[in-house]
Amino acid sequence: MSPGGAMEGQSVEELLAKAERDEAEKLQRITVHKELELEFDLGNLLASDRNPPTGLRRAGPTPEAELQALARDNTQLLINQLWQLPTERVEEALVARLPEPTTRLPREKPVPRPRPLTRWQQFARLKGIRPKKKTNLVWDEVSGQWRRRWGYQRARDDTKEWLIEVPGGADPLEDQFAKRIQAKKERVAKNELNRLRNLARAHKMQLPSAAGMHPTGHQSKEELGRAMQVAKVSTASVGRFQERLPKEKAPRGSGKKRKFQPLFGDFAAEKKSQLELLRVMKSKKPQLDVTRATNKQMREEDQEEAAKRRKMSQKGKRKGGRQGPGGKRKGVPPSRGGKRKAGLGGKMNSGPLPYGGKRKGGQHQGGKRRK
Amino acid sequence: MRPLTEEETRVMFEKIAKYIGENLQLLVDRPDGTYCFRLHNDRVYYVSEKILKLAANISGDKLVSLGTCFGKFTKTHKFRLHITALDYLAPYAKYKVWIKPGAEQSFLYGNHVLKSGLGRITENTCQYQGVVVYSMADVPL
Repeated sequence: MSPGGAMEGQSVEELLAKAERDEAEKLQRITVHKELELEFDLGNLLASDRNPPTGLRRAGPTPEAELQALARDNTQLLINQLWQLPTERVEEALVARLPEPTTRLPREKPVPRPRPLTRWQQFARLKGIRPKKKTNLVWDEVSGQWRRRWGYQRARDDTKEWLIEVPGGADPLEDQFAKRIQAKKERVAKNELNRLRNLARAHKMQLPSAAGMHPTGHQSKEELGRAMQVAKVSTASVGRFQERLPKEKAPRGSGKKRKFQPLFGDFAAEKKSQLELLRVMKSKKPQLDVTRATNKQMREEDQEEAAKRRKMSQKGKRKGGRQGPGGKRKGVPPSRGGKRKAGLGGKMNSGPLPYGGKRKGGQHQGGKRRK
Repeated sequence: MRPLTEEETRVMFEKIAKYIGENLQLLVDRPDGTYCFRLHNDRVYYVSEKILKLAANISGDKLVSLGTCFGKFTKTHKFRLHITALDYLAPYAKYKVWIKPGAEQSFLYGNHVLKSGLGRITENTCQYQGVVVYSMADVPL
């Protein structure tokens, strides 16, 4: 009894001691002693350790274990900090809300280079015109509210007026409303053109110049011809449906000029490309033979079946029922169709014509007979 | 005069390969010199590099022919093989047909070869296979 009791007491003490040791170990694992406190930027999940790395210097050629211990300690401290953040629940998961990042990250992309000035900016700079500060909203008498200076539902939109007086010298039958809308469209188009021109200048792109195209009254025959050709091509369909004058001939040589290899190019390269072409052609050969064989087989079977059907139809006419051939017809197509499709698919997959492109004719004939 | 484009080379090779199969690469890649195909007035010429360099000195409209003419491209860009290519195709031919002496003259004048005129034929020749016709004395016709 007593040894058992002693053992029990001992075991209880042992248990308690063990529990204490476990606690201490856990605490030891969580708490890390550092001479200098780490700097935390929790927004970026960053911890900066400014302690001098004496442990690492002492380690020698393979500081793996020391590095691992250091990493574990610092990560532990970071996690401790994270656990102190305010938490919230998002879809059954406990989430810590990170504060704003304090470290400023460097630029991802290089600094944009300065764009060239637009025509207006150059002019303004030359003349010394400074942009006047204007208010965004203007009081509109007509609607009795503050409206934008420009843009959607602006204060003074002359296209939106419901009553326009015919001006003194104008034709009374002219549509003043249409005139205003037209003028607006022209202004918008001009603005767009200038914007694109500025853009092209900024990217130093070649603009399609309308240099000699404006009618001056004294242009040479070639210039006029060129202007006429450009005008003809400047339609939405790029000149495809433009009518020609009765005796006008079609323009020749207006297509792109083909470019060929030089006569004495690299002979070795030429040889290599030709051999490569041959290799590709050779590799495709077997595939076509299979399709040829299957199509041939199918054609023969077709012929047999056509002969059989003819025989059956004669018998059926005599007997008065055409169930036999009908049933037979329905039963057969699926597999045939599959085979044919496979054959066709095989043919399609072989990209540029392999050996023996003449097979196409045979296949089509087979298809027609099927129907 | 210019080299062939990819498309043209492919069409031509397909045609020639019907007769000589993969031996075509022996024509392209020769151990005894660099030979190449050049196109002049829609005709394809098989010419060695040396001759080509000499021919380049002649103006295009005055140049009639150079090397060996293998064939020509028709207006619809199909390749038609000419008899002048025989000397290069015969040694590499895969399928050969020998005709009897009696049928030889008839064939040379353009008639079809009848079964009775057929002397020998390489085995496993499929239907519609490209063949080279020989006389009984192994002269390619």
